[in-house]
Amino acid sequence: MAEAQNIPVGSTTAGQIAVAAESTVATRMSAPPSFDVADFPVPHGREEEWRFTPLERLRGLHDGTATATGEGVKVDVQAPEGVTVETVGRDDARLGRAGTPVDRVAAQAYSAFEKAGVVTVPKETVLTEPIRIAVHGEGGVAYGHQVVELGAFAEAVVVIDHTGDAVLAANVDYVLGDGAKLTVVSVQDWDDKAVHVGQHNALIGRDATFKSFVVTFGGDLVRLHPRVAYAGTGGEAELFGLYFTDSGQHQEHRLLVDHNTPHCRSNVMYKGALQGESAHAVWIGDVLIEASAEGTDTYEMNRNLVLTDGARVDSVPNLEIETGEIVGAGHASATGRFDDEQLFYLMARGIPEHEARRLVVRGFFAELVQQIGVADIEERLLAKIEEELEASVA
Amino acid sequence: MATLEIRDLHVTVEADNATKEILKGVDLTVKQGETHAIMGPNGSGKSTLAYSLAGHPKYTITSGTVTLDGEDVLEMSVDERARAGLFLAMQYPVEVPGVSVSNFLRTSATAIRGEAPKLRTWVKEVKETMERLSMDPSFAERNVNEGFSGGEKKRHEILQLELLRPKIAILDETDSGLDVDALRIVSEGVNRVRETGEVGTLLITHYTRILRYIKPDYVHVFSGGRIVESGGAELADKLEDEGYEAYTKGGASA
Repeated sequence: MAEAQNIPVGSTTAGQIAVAAESTVATRMSAPPSFDVADFPVPHGREEEWRFTPLERLRGLHDGTATATGEGVKVDVQAPEGVTVETVGRDDARLGRAGTPVDRVAAQAYSAFEKAGVVTVPKETVLTEPIRIAVHGEGGVAYGHQVVELGAFAEAVVVIDHTGDAVLAANVDYVLGDGAKLTVVSVQDWDDKAVHVGQHNALIGRDATFKSFVVTFGGDLVRLHPRVAYAGTGGEAELFGLYFTDSGQHQEHRLLVDHNTPHCRSNVMYKGALQGESAHAVWIGDVLIEASAEGTDTYEMNRNLVLTDGARVDSVPNLEIETGEIVGAGHASATGRFDDEQLFYLMARGIPEHEARRLVVRGFFAELVQQIGVADIEERLLAKIEEELEASVA
Repeated sequence: MATLEIRDLHVTVEADNATKEILKGVDLTVKQGETHAIMGPNGSGKSTLAYSLAGHPKYTITSGTVTLDGEDVLEMSVDERARAGLFLAMQYPVEVPGVSVSNFLRTSATAIRGEAPKLRTWVKEVKETMERLSMDPSFAERNVNEGFSGGEKKRHEILQLELLRPKIAILDETDSGLDVDALRIVSEGVNRVRETGEVGTLLITHYTRILRYIKPDYVHVFSGGRIVESGGAELADKLEDEGYEAYTKGGASA
């Protein structure tokens, strides 16, 4: 089921479907999940979960040397009426319920934050306006934790916007009550030097729907770990991602969908464009269908478009099936190039060069952007894509 | 009347760290309404001529001139040449990921015509042209050339030819790899454009087969990077009978 096309030199598109009694997703991690950073050895770079990440660019987030500074990030939450916005201490019982840190930096974030944000949408509250969480880097080192909780049958859109410059390790918990509907857009629009590492855990209640857009444009290094698990049957997860990796940037998205409950659905679609020397995108898509998860329906897909020489993609879909009693399971990964011959072809039909590049990239991302359903975010993403392209043509 | 004039065209290409001259002084004039067939053996430089006229960056013009209605074509970028009225139907059309045929055609028509075609008439125009080329409507939603069969790629090239209505159309081995049915459909498309009298056609081919469907006014034999003999349609019959042997050996290639 894995497909690979036109793979640029130096890139990999590996995929596997394992049918096994023992989970390789779990066993290939260097330590079991834990909230305590001390439970994880300092990574040296050859571990399965770190092998694509340039550790030296983590600015000490992985080895305990990055000390939080006062002016790390500024967080501003704007929420419509009916939503509770709180800042709480470490001992608040609502923290950490959606998932446990699976690597050292996520555990470091959990061990080091002083205050956490909790945004609560009460049960049966249907919001018409998005909740906006602005995380602005002020140039320092910061650790954080954010909880977004929806009560039963609540509906909300949350936009988390990352801008500025920071060295940030922060986790997010999304807790969806039964029948709740949450759409999350997390935009990483950092300045060039920023480092951002985080684990995003979603725990999806019975018959609840979680729709997530992870959009990464900026930063020197961004490594996000979106994870989904189900708290009841009938849950649905749609995980969309869009990244535009420029020269020198490392953007890594590592997903896990844990089908631990019967009759749940997941659909993963991540798309990335890369341009420039040493642009490096990493996509890991792990889907685990546990023995108990009968009736699972899952599909994951990663597409990459390499616009120039010198960029590298590592794309690894991994589907692990422990029961045959499922509706469907599949994955696909493909990396294609936009090359001089394509440019020539489009220009030979009268289309100017910048227009040709725009046509290709817009077309590539269009089906993803249209899924967002939040007009101002869609427009901003398209504008941002144009901006990235302008920079490349200049 | 639009006229393409090629004078003493010399073209080189870089290969294996060496510069090789492929075109060695091509002279040719193609006027609107005329059909010229360029025939020659493999490696004679026919495709180099086609791609050089379209402006492919792989080829370097070392001397000579190409003008379209007196305008210097060689000074133009690839897209400017297309907008000036040159069209190259490619032997190996390129896959463009992420761009649908319908989006591509409209963007191209907008660029060539200088304004976006009115949506209503445009949709109808595309649909009818596709029907005439026996192309399924679902074709429009596929990505450009992605997963197309050889015949589909060629039909897609002729679809563009019909929609973009160039002054000069260069068809680079449009017949290669086509079965008889596809050849007929593609040829009919070319003939519809020719019958308008508004296009000058430069038909590059290795085989005489396509000339049964598209009747040339002039036939030129290409060998060793230049035209070595020119005549009327009867020259094609001679080639059919005798092949290119007389041109590849012996005096004509000198």
